[in-house]
Amino acid sequence: MNQYWRLWTFLLLALLPLAGCSGNSAQAGSIPGEQRAIQNKGSDTLVNLALAWAEAYREVDPSISIAVTGGGSGTGIAALINGTVDIANASRQMKENEYEAASANGIESVEFTVAIDALAIVVNLENPVNQLSIDQLADIYTGRITNWKDVGGNDAPIVLLSRETNSGTHVYFLEEVVRKGDGENSDIFAPQTLLMPSSVGITSEVRRNPNAIGYDGLGYVDTSHEKTIAVAKDADSPYVLPTVANGANGSYPISRGLYMYTAGQPTGAIADYMAWVMGPEGQYIVAELGFVPLPEN
Amino acid sequence: MTTNSSVTAPTPAAAQEKGQRIHIGEWIIENLIRLAGLSTVLIVGLIFLFLVREGGPAFLDIPLRQLFGSRWYPIEGIFGLLPLLVGSLIVTVGAVVIAVPLGLICAIYLGEIAPTWQREILKPLIEMLAGIPSIVLGFLGWVVLAPLIQNAGAATGLTAFTGAIILAYMSLPTIISISEDALYAVPKEYRDGALAIGATQWQTIWRVVLPAARSGIVIAVMLGIGRAIGETMAVMMVTGNAANIPALSSGVIFQPVRTMTATIAAEMGEVAQGSLHYNTLFGIGIVLFVITFAINSLAGRIVGTRGARRTGAKL
Repeated sequence: MNQYWRLWTFLLLALLPLAGCSGNSAQAGSIPGEQRAIQNKGSDTLVNLALAWAEAYREVDPSISIAVTGGGSGTGIAALINGTVDIANASRQMKENEYEAASANGIESVEFTVAIDALAIVVNLENPVNQLSIDQLADIYTGRITNWKDVGGNDAPIVLLSRETNSGTHVYFLEEVVRKGDGENSDIFAPQTLLMPSSVGITSEVRRNPNAIGYDGLGYVDTSHEKTIAVAKDADSPYVLPTVANGANGSYPISRGLYMYTAGQPTGAIADYMAWVMGPEGQYIVAELGFVPLPEN
Repeated sequence: MTTNSSVTAPTPAAAQEKGQRIHIGEWIIENLIRLAGLSTVLIVGLIFLFLVREGGPAFLDIPLRQLFGSRWYPIEGIFGLLPLLVGSLIVTVGAVVIAVPLGLICAIYLGEIAPTWQREILKPLIEMLAGIPSIVLGFLGWVVLAPLIQNAGAATGLTAFTGAIILAYMSLPTIISISEDALYAVPKEYRDGALAIGATQWQTIWRVVLPAARSGIVIAVMLGIGRAIGETMAVMMVTGNAANIPALSSGVIFQPVRTMTATIAAEMGEVAQGSLHYNTLFGIGIVLFVITFAINSLAGRIVGTRGARRTGAKL
């Protein structure tokens, strides 16, 4: 009798941690000591591109393995400051205080612009509106303008589409369009904004809804099924269409650099890799994934 | 006795040993069953403790006034749960309003009117409806239903109404089969009696069978609601996920909403563990848990009263 009670208790105890497990174990650590491994971490916008690069670079130099992880620009930069990664990916530039924190740890981070990301404003093909200024876009997305006729379109309600709040693109659009790049501005998206879980969600709704407006990375846009809007930075600026060329020459206002930061001026394998990324092969992959390649110097 | 035992000893000893073995085997099985039963209680308890541990801080750190605010924009630290509660409420109520009459009528037809051969075709089909993965229904809603609703005049096809229809079809099988069971449980004598005193078939169904099966039908509806309020993916695909409190008007159901479940699913993936946003998502989990728990225990109470009434009737 007694031995079964023990078994019974044991089973019960064995079940306890199963039910109470909280998933705190997701702490991924880098494996130290491996000589020819490059640790690369940061921006989620960049993570697919960085993975594609890392994969393609295998064929260039099989002796080097590049470990790519996401987590966000801030996470990558923090890891660089702490000296746990070799290259940090960021969809924004490092801030002054981050540079200072890095120097305090004896790390002089070096910035490389590795690609350009242009955000296209997309509407249905039937929508007569062709151009909008950043001011108008901000008014539309904050809900101050709710009818297309106020921006030269039909008398129809505007259906706002956005990515979910956890998307870096959402944050970029919030800062650069909704708040017009003004750090003091605390406007946020209108509550009636439809939050789509994916880029594909935005494009498919835009394709079937004549009243919808959305934004997407240039790589997701197919101009035969949806219309891109020419955007002007302000009243005096020309309206510019989102194209790879306009993204590359900087005339399209809603485009941002994508960056990689190294700890100190890169040497050896890291220098080779950075040169390859910014070279024609690396930039070919940039274009393949729908980002804007760097202008050729 | 002692002399006898030396001759017959093997048989009783073996029998006794065998009896012991059966006894032990039974003891093990009994306890395994008990363990399975108890583990359910234990797991539910642990899940609730976990929810409270992770979600509790949200209710302590966020001022109540903000928690009941009308804006949900977590990346700026704005945690108003009201739009999410209203969103879930509209979609669920909409689903119930669609599903209950449909389900009830279907159950009455199946249980009272349909000839056997029809029932034999219809019942498995309804069970098949229950087997359709919710994501498939969500996909159907996104591809087929949403454009239909948009063409009917809504600004967008991704509305609370679209979600309600999908949820209604998801909870229909539950409602139909449980209410049909309830109708089936009504003794045949009731029907015979009603018909014998000259009631028509409709009068029998409406005045005798339905009232007798009332509590079972209420449980069916409750379980249908439980199914609807907890559904996530399909709803996320078709309701538009706008954390907006729709204006109270005739078009209230034709506007996009964001449900609690969709919010958790959409935002949990990339939220920093231990942050206030993370805690708040678990807080939403607590709210959902409490709501479903309330619905289930309400259903349980109704089962209880029905049981008591039955025994009373027997006495």
